[in-house]
Amino acid sequence: MSGAGVTRSAGFQPALSSAFGRTGQRRQRAGSPRSGVIAALALLVLAGPARAVLPGEQLADPKLEARARHIGAQLRCLVCQNQSIDDSDATLASDLRIILRERLMAGDSDRQAIDFVVRRYGHYVLLNPPFEPETLLLWLGPGLVLAAGGVWVALMARGRSGAVDAASPLTAEEREQLARRLDVESAS
Amino acid sequence: MKRLIFLAPIAFFGLVIAAFALGLGRDPTILPSTLIDKPLPVFDLPAVRSGDAGLKSSDGAGQPHLLNVFASWCVACRVEHPELLQLKAQGVPIDGLDWKDEPAAGAQYLVDQGDPYRLAGNDKTGRAGIDLGVAGVPETFLVDGHGRVRYKVIGPISPEVWAGTIKPLMDKLRVQG
Repeated sequence: MSGAGVTRSAGFQPALSSAFGRTGQRRQRAGSPRSGVIAALALLVLAGPARAVLPGEQLADPKLEARARHIGAQLRCLVCQNQSIDDSDATLASDLRIILRERLMAGDSDRQAIDFVVRRYGHYVLLNPPFEPETLLLWLGPGLVLAAGGVWVALMARGRSGAVDAASPLTAEEREQLARRLDVESAS
Repeated sequence: MKRLIFLAPIAFFGLVIAAFALGLGRDPTILPSTLIDKPLPVFDLPAVRSGDAGLKSSDGAGQPHLLNVFASWCVACRVEHPELLQLKAQGVPIDGLDWKDEPAAGAQYLVDQGDPYRLAGNDKTGRAGIDLGVAGVPETFLVDGHGRVRYKVIGPISPEVWAGTIKPLMDKLRVQG
């Protein structure tokens, strides 16, 4: 077992050095493997997210299909709960994508098509939760925390500035001392 | 007292941590049903067992019963199955909805595992299940005598869930009629 492991890692080394090590010596040459790597990485940035929407599910009408995509991206897959139904490979997500397209074909508005799914699975399927009593804490929570923090900061600040105000002004003697020190410092 | 306000953010942080800690213990796959106290959505499904009448949403009316969503490909259903057979032996009416499954596969499953169902319908396309808000199998609905959903169990019915939750509810429904 360990023998196989050694052979593999030995085989692995040259591959690594050809990608990064050796090319370092000829980095001026255009079209070197390194620029290829950089180009590949750059292309990776351009790549869009892969959608799970299957060719057979798509509508012929590009306008309707675009609407279906727009809605599908907002609906949570019940199986893979952190994915939208457009992103998920679950068969239930596929079923919901097809149902969604049927609703749009039947003339539903975006709102009606979304409501069709919400009536069955609840507001949980909305990746963008609506503003309603149940979600008040969700929507207003961050504001409340910010306000509470602001109140706290204000209280702390007032406490501190209060302490400064309360301090008695300098006496004549202190002022003279201060002036003397400042003079000494500016002279030196 | 005024000094202690310094501790307020730490106390708040503690509350947030407590909320997150509680949240960790919750199962996010258990979603509340939107059908509670609402009538069953209309469906009319072909039979799973050959020579059978299938399953209609109106079939259960008259007495409280369970509507169990299962599938031959579902592993957790096999875990639940002995409990369903047990309930059948006790006289609990259970209807079966074979979700996203081939009728032949569903029928074979009932031959292999035993058949706890009064009525059984095959929902090959999964549409009836989706109308019921089914996200996975098994799920079980407690339906009252008026055909309204009263409770939903997500995942297998264990003896504890039956004795602790469903049976009391069902007994209450029987009394109310």
